[in-house]
Amino acid sequence: MVFDLKRFALHDGPGIRTTVFLKGCPLSCAWCHNPESQRTEPELLFWEDRCTGCGACVTACPVEAVAMAGEKAATDRARCTACGACVPACPEGARAIAGAEWSTDDLVQEIERDLLFFDQSGGGVTLSGGEPLAQVAFAHSILTACAKRRIHTAVDTCGYGAWEDLAALAEVTDLFLYDVKQTDDELHIERTGRSNRPILENLERLDGMGRPIWIRCPLVPGYNDDRSTLDELAAIVKNLSSVRAVHVLPFHRGGQAKSKGLGRECEASQEGDAHAAANAAAEILRLSVGVPVHVGG
Amino acid sequence: MTTRVERLRDETIGSAPTVSAERAQLLTSFYRDLETTQHPVPVQRALALAHLLEHQSIHIGEDELIVGERGPAPKVVPTYPELCCHTLDDLQSLPTRPKTPFQVDEEARRRYEEEVIPFWSDRSMRQHVFAAMTPEWKAAFDAGVFTEFMEQRAPGHAVLDDKVYRLGFEGFKERIAKAVARFEASDAPDAADRLAQLEAMSICCDAIIRFAQRHAELASELAETATPERREELLRIAEVCRHVPRHAPRTFQEALQTYWFTHLGAVIELNEWDSLSPGRVDQWLYPFYRQDVDEGQLSPNSAKELLACFWLKFSNQPAPPKVDVTEEQSATYNDFTLINVGGVDENGEDAVNELSYLILDVIEEMKLPYTGSCIQLSKTNPDRFLVRALEVIREGFGQPSVFNTDAIHQEFLRAGKSLADARAGGPSGCVTISAFGKESCVLTGYVNWPKVLELTLHDGVDPQTGRQLGPNTGDPRSFAAFDELFEAYRTQLDHFVDLKVEGNDRIARLFAERLPAPFLSVLVDDCIDRGRDYNDGGPRYPTTYIQGVGLGTATDALSAIRDHVFARQTVSMDDLIAALQADFEGFEGLRTKLVRETPCFGNDDDRADEIARRLFDAYFDALDGRPNPNGGTYRVNLLPTTVHIYFGQKVGALPNGRRAGVPLSDGISPSQGADTRGPTAVIRSVGKIDHVRTGGTLLNQRFLPDVLADETSLRKLGDLVRTFFRLDGHHIQFNVVDSETLLRAQEAPEEHRDLIVRVAGYSDYFNNLDRELQDEIISRTAHEEV
Repeated sequence: MVFDLKRFALHDGPGIRTTVFLKGCPLSCAWCHNPESQRTEPELLFWEDRCTGCGACVTACPVEAVAMAGEKAATDRARCTACGACVPACPEGARAIAGAEWSTDDLVQEIERDLLFFDQSGGGVTLSGGEPLAQVAFAHSILTACAKRRIHTAVDTCGYGAWEDLAALAEVTDLFLYDVKQTDDELHIERTGRSNRPILENLERLDGMGRPIWIRCPLVPGYNDDRSTLDELAAIVKNLSSVRAVHVLPFHRGGQAKSKGLGRECEASQEGDAHAAANAAAEILRLSVGVPVHVGG
Repeated sequence: MTTRVERLRDETIGSAPTVSAERAQLLTSFYRDLETTQHPVPVQRALALAHLLEHQSIHIGEDELIVGERGPAPKVVPTYPELCCHTLDDLQSLPTRPKTPFQVDEEARRRYEEEVIPFWSDRSMRQHVFAAMTPEWKAAFDAGVFTEFMEQRAPGHAVLDDKVYRLGFEGFKERIAKAVARFEASDAPDAADRLAQLEAMSICCDAIIRFAQRHAELASELAETATPERREELLRIAEVCRHVPRHAPRTFQEALQTYWFTHLGAVIELNEWDSLSPGRVDQWLYPFYRQDVDEGQLSPNSAKELLACFWLKFSNQPAPPKVDVTEEQSATYNDFTLINVGGVDENGEDAVNELSYLILDVIEEMKLPYTGSCIQLSKTNPDRFLVRALEVIREGFGQPSVFNTDAIHQEFLRAGKSLADARAGGPSGCVTISAFGKESCVLTGYVNWPKVLELTLHDGVDPQTGRQLGPNTGDPRSFAAFDELFEAYRTQLDHFVDLKVEGNDRIARLFAERLPAPFLSVLVDDCIDRGRDYNDGGPRYPTTYIQGVGLGTATDALSAIRDHVFARQTVSMDDLIAALQADFEGFEGLRTKLVRETPCFGNDDDRADEIARRLFDAYFDALDGRPNPNGGTYRVNLLPTTVHIYFGQKVGALPNGRRAGVPLSDGISPSQGADTRGPTAVIRSVGKIDHVRTGGTLLNQRFLPDVLADETSLRKLGDLVRTFFRLDGHHIQFNVVDSETLLRAQEAPEEHRDLIVRVAGYSDYFNNLDRELQDEIISRTAHEEV
């Protein structure tokens, strides 16, 4: 299940890349940038501001999940099967389905279209998500197919999953983009819904396999930008031998509109000056991690 | 930027374009007095130029280092009644028209009324051109099927090589004398004509030398009352003007001044489309730069100041006022001078030098849209050259544009040019290739592909007027397969290309007979050796172009028909044509379907891209390789300037859901907003066109500034360019600006006077574009990062 495929991705690893977003994630981070990636099944996205209240979707829906609520259409998500019948009906393009089944062959064919760009730039393909570990067989099959075609591969992972799965992916992956969001377990559980222990353990074991790793830390002001959290992150990185770089990712609000479009709440986090905060954090990390620290992907 | 440059820059940006009637008046009195004498036409033209250069007002600005103007002062432009005699109505409307206005004072109006119009109104080339056209041609022209460049301006588009810096005009005169000796000894029946051409060229050489002398005299005179510091500069200017362009230049400053006088000679002689270009300044001028720096006569900073002064000269010369359709198809002050840096040397090796980088600095500092600039990028050029150029591009004013030198070499060779001429050449004007100093690459007008398709869908009748313009190719409702429709399109296209070519050929001969350009002929090989004019087969390569427009729009429209009517059969041709005729009023559901479900060009979708290829091939087959009457060949190129707006106004609704009157796609770019899969998909789509069989294509891409904020991303943009060029792409140019900025500029134009955008093959002030063109640029897809 893929929810997006983005060509000309510039911030998901080296060079020009095609990023494949797999749907489904074990975490539910409060600040998630891609909330449509969290669930494993297809979902309806609806941009209410584009809705003119024409009612075409109400007529198109085969299960009577859509009704008018005042000026705008409203979807009963318990009833909606995400069949997509309402999508072409909407004249404003206010509706879309996130999530589609892809075969490995079709996906690789799509990826190969940009081969020349990968060759020129040292780029390749990045599996992101959601979480590639949540669809490990599919991920493995894509990565194997790419490796066979000498396409550079990267896996962008939150690290939460069974070690055997991660180890299996590592056999066919050139680079890991590994998220470390919070060093404190309680805080991790509080804002992502899961413990960070398996994440940090997996990171240590992955490090032992020798695959290059870029640590990625989405910097959420007020959550993980304090000195002690950053020092702990630096300490973890310093103990690893395969980490080639650390990327501090400035918080952005991209996820909020999408959350709304999915009919979900998203924490309206205080944004502040995200870039200034990320730059400051990068400065602190640079003092001790011993590898290059970048702001942004 | 030095204070001098800053002041001069403020002056050129701040002063309003103004019409001067001086040239028109001088020319009128010259021709009035001449009528009884018996000079051959080329000699008449040469004597007319000599008369102008002897008598027109000259100007040396307060702090200037490079001197000379086309008119009496900066931004004051002459007119060319022998080409297009402006009417009193034209002069009345020029100051108040919403875009590209010109001031016209009472004195100019009076001179036009009393002297210029009575003499020229029946004699101008414009009159002759329209009189020579058939009713079919005129009907197609009026309907916006094609345009005509030569109805108000002269063939031009010439680019210099390094000759003038090696020979000076005395050197040219020696060449002319040798040719004269050869023809005097010849008993060829046309020897007298050749000798008249050569006499005219020789008169032009003396005329430009005299023009420079007058500047030397003025500089000396001004020096007498100047401050000591300025006196020294003026005396230097006087010395420079006494020496060049008569002799070959000795210094960097003299080399720049040599070009500038040469430029003025060409653009005072005639109003050429496009104006003259210096070409590869970093190559031609590097020996002077190196020598002056090594001898301690010049520092890189003083070289930069001289270059900046040079840059300003182009900015001082708005294209003379255009009117009617010519104004519509090229609604800009830009006169399309292009300055090229980079490329390869005569051995095919990396030619980037210190001056190339210095020029990029100047482009970045000056931000002058009307001094066009480009880099010629070869696989042999280092990445740091490309990245430095991209840093300048990231500033967001659309310069320099980026050309693929390696593909251009293939284009030249395919068109029969020598490898040596290919390596010395490059792009000119917007995007069209030229063998510098050896070619007349004459662009003659645009062909409106979507209009041809609209006519095809109506059996040759223009639904806008009900007139039968093209042949009867059948009612599309009777077509059983897409290929039948495409064949009908091909028949219509062939018809209009034939019509346009016939008109062109007549016009080309009118110019050869009535308006030779002896000054320009001096500069372009092999005019002297052949004793033939630039407009009469003198150049080594006389090439004629007719520019195809609307590839993206025409592709999407045909793709919609193939997909919905023939492949899926979800829409009937009957309904579709009814919807087009109603401009989709009452067919909103159908329009939504067409917009949302049609495979569109620019998405790396072979279903659409295959149609683009066929459209290109149809145009290529119709035009490429046909002989022109000057011993040269017709070639194709794909670019629009601003004609995609005008052509759009002439085309009704189209099957891709585009409504009547909306702008067409520009160049080979996808329809605005139809490309949804990012720049690599655009480049793959566009790369499926065979650029090598063209003389130039134009791809515009818009990026949001955030995408290119850091060095790593900039290098990746460089990789995008390099990959496009590996696919033999010809040219790419960038707008780096977000929509919010453009929308704000529409709201508050006075606060955005310095906002410059890339239009199509050139940059312009956003404020100088009309609302429709502004909206069109905003509607172009902006590539972003999620």
